[in-house]
Amino acid sequence: MEALYILLPISLILGATFLFLFILSVKSGDLDDLDSPAKRILFDDIKKINNKESMHESKD
Amino acid sequence: MNQKTEGRVLEEFSYNDKIVRQFLYATLGWGAVALLLGVCIAFQLASWKFNLGLEWVTFGRLRPLHTNAAIFAFCGNAIFAGVYYSTQRLCKARIYNDALSKVHFWGWQLIILAAAISLPLGYSHGKEYAELEWPIDLAITVVWVIFGINFFGTLWKRRERHIYVALWFYIATIITVAILHIVNSVEIPVSLMKSYPVWAGAQDALIQWWYGHNAVAFFLTTPFLGLMYYFVPKAINRPVYSYRLSIIHFWSLVFIYIWAGPHHLLYTSLPEWAQTLGMVFSIILWAPSWGGMINGLMTLKGAWDRVRKEPVLKFFATSITFYGMATFEGPLMAIKSVNALAHYTDWVVGHVHSGTIGWNVMIISGILYYLIPKMFNTKLYSDKLANFHFWSTTVGLVLYIFSMLAAGITQGLMWRAIDTKTGQLVYPNFVETVTKIVPMYWVRAFGGVFILTGFVIMIYNLYKTIKLAKKPNDGEIFTAYALDRSKDLSKGHRKLEGLTALFTVLTVVAVLIGSAIEIMPSILASKWIEKDPRVKPYTSLEIAGRDIYIREGCYVCHSQMIRTMAHEEIRYGKASQASEFIYDRPFQWGSRRIGPDLQRIGGKYSDLWHYRHMYDPREVTAGSIMPIYPWLFKKKTDLGVLTKKLSVMKALGVPYSDEEIKNAKADALAQAESITKRLEKDGVDPKMKNKQIIALIAYLQRLGVDIQEELEIEEEDEE
Repeated sequence: MEALYILLPISLILGATFLFLFILSVKSGDLDDLDSPAKRILFDDIKKINNKESMHESKD
Repeated sequence: MNQKTEGRVLEEFSYNDKIVRQFLYATLGWGAVALLLGVCIAFQLASWKFNLGLEWVTFGRLRPLHTNAAIFAFCGNAIFAGVYYSTQRLCKARIYNDALSKVHFWGWQLIILAAAISLPLGYSHGKEYAELEWPIDLAITVVWVIFGINFFGTLWKRRERHIYVALWFYIATIITVAILHIVNSVEIPVSLMKSYPVWAGAQDALIQWWYGHNAVAFFLTTPFLGLMYYFVPKAINRPVYSYRLSIIHFWSLVFIYIWAGPHHLLYTSLPEWAQTLGMVFSIILWAPSWGGMINGLMTLKGAWDRVRKEPVLKFFATSITFYGMATFEGPLMAIKSVNALAHYTDWVVGHVHSGTIGWNVMIISGILYYLIPKMFNTKLYSDKLANFHFWSTTVGLVLYIFSMLAAGITQGLMWRAIDTKTGQLVYPNFVETVTKIVPMYWVRAFGGVFILTGFVIMIYNLYKTIKLAKKPNDGEIFTAYALDRSKDLSKGHRKLEGLTALFTVLTVVAVLIGSAIEIMPSILASKWIEKDPRVKPYTSLEIAGRDIYIREGCYVCHSQMIRTMAHEEIRYGKASQASEFIYDRPFQWGSRRIGPDLQRIGGKYSDLWHYRHMYDPREVTAGSIMPIYPWLFKKKTDLGVLTKKLSVMKALGVPYSDEEIKNAKADALAQAESITKRLEKDGVDPKMKNKQIIALIAYLQRLGVDIQEELEIEEEDEE
């Protein structure tokens, strides 16, 4: 059972890493919004309005 | 080209959907091949005559081809199609590099082709789902890295800040599969198409099942969960039930999955603690798995009327349901006492297919029915045919699962039945336990026909859809604002920008820690594998025979691992010990007993028995379903390569003397002659001495012999 002496510290380090990431992501605001990411993927991509004018404009 | 509005840059871009379509077509083609192979080998088990007496199409060679085709060709192409489609949309960016996409596509198809040629020819590692020889292994690594570059490149140039949950699953997939594949395939080549793994025996077993289990986890589960999180909400046009749950379930799944591998090796000579660890984590795994299932199913909540009508949703709902069932059954079977009954039986085969067909084939079909009409701006040719496909697959799958469940439990119970009065086995003849389940093999084979039929109908349906449509809607130009990276610098958001990298690193850390602990027994090998002085390396002829054993895929039906159970010891002899396998490269413990265990077969029967048995198994065992191996009696053993083989083995730590290596050929010839001499008395032509059958007999007669001395002493003591 010597392996437990390796297992336990590794598990603890890993747990701490996750906690660190969690705090980091909460602070950075990544987890502030857990509603809109799910909805955002449903929106269709915005197609480019394909008329000559805008083409001309965009060339400038 | 790009416009600036209020300091934000509006960029124009298009998607590369051609690559998605190529992968979709490849999915359809290889899917049909994989299922057809499945049906073929199912019939081969129902009747041995379907092996046709041809070496290239015997069960032992076709079964690896079936699994490789199903996992890497069919599911692989489906993953690439789905990932390339959804990643571009989730990142609002074209795939990183079109040329890399092309290399990825054609590279992968070439790998599959190489597999389709090399496996029937018998070039095999002899490790399940990792059979492909080293040049192909290298190619897989290269193509996978190209896929990774293309994916992470797209992620890097994304225009959407938030990394949607599906992308996390893809990240975990790409990194973990790379690690698994590389670690499990560390090998030293002997020739162009032959190599020996650096791991041996119990270590090789542990690493193989760490790989094997996680191939299921990170090739058949995480990428498809990612696809589920993208395609199910898109198809039903509703957000995922709980985004919060998806986050929790992702991290817990990737963290826990990697620890569960040893449940494939319960009651074997793996150390007890590793077995228990595998079991405990397998049971814990139930929770995150069901987190995913609940999240997927609940996304469909309130729209059941549409699920009833629309084929795409029908396939999605069923696939998620089967995912739930398979991930419930898995932990159940990983409980040691349940596993004692289930292991080595067809129950495992049934379980695997409720995952691969119920989950993978179903969800891939849903994605195909969703994507192809969408990409061609049209409607599906026939909903009716799609419904037929659905029912055909479902009926076939139910036939498959229940026949295998019944067969597995029947066989498991027959193996362990001991007469309480006499203390003897109730079914001492192994073949009885096989002939009993042959009817179930027929049921399974016809179940497979249902599934294949449905799939072919889907191909027709989608072909018609494409044919009737105009052109694919390629080249559409979209606009999105560029990611404003400068803004991050002003606040503490800078860390967020590196979020991609952070997630990547974290996934690696989680996976590596789990892996390190799983592989720990290898590192600590010297501590728990006691060297047994009686266990000697194989002779050169036995090595030649062993490589024939591997080539013919004997491990597909025969185990070489006697579990620590009373009935196994009565039937096969003393339970296996880790010390007996230290020269086994690769290990050949096997995972299924369609035939009996062979670990102590040496000396149990005469040379002549083996000779006749390989020529036609029914000559010595009435009712056997084993194929015939006539080519072993025609082909010569390659003795010239033995010196090279032995020297590679020596480099890996097998204690061969220089003498033995130098005389490998002569020694092999001498041993072959002595075997042939014994056979001569029974009328075997002495010219047979250089044939492969003799080498195979040499190997089989060696199995388990080394520690027999002690057994005899023990028996005397008892008297």
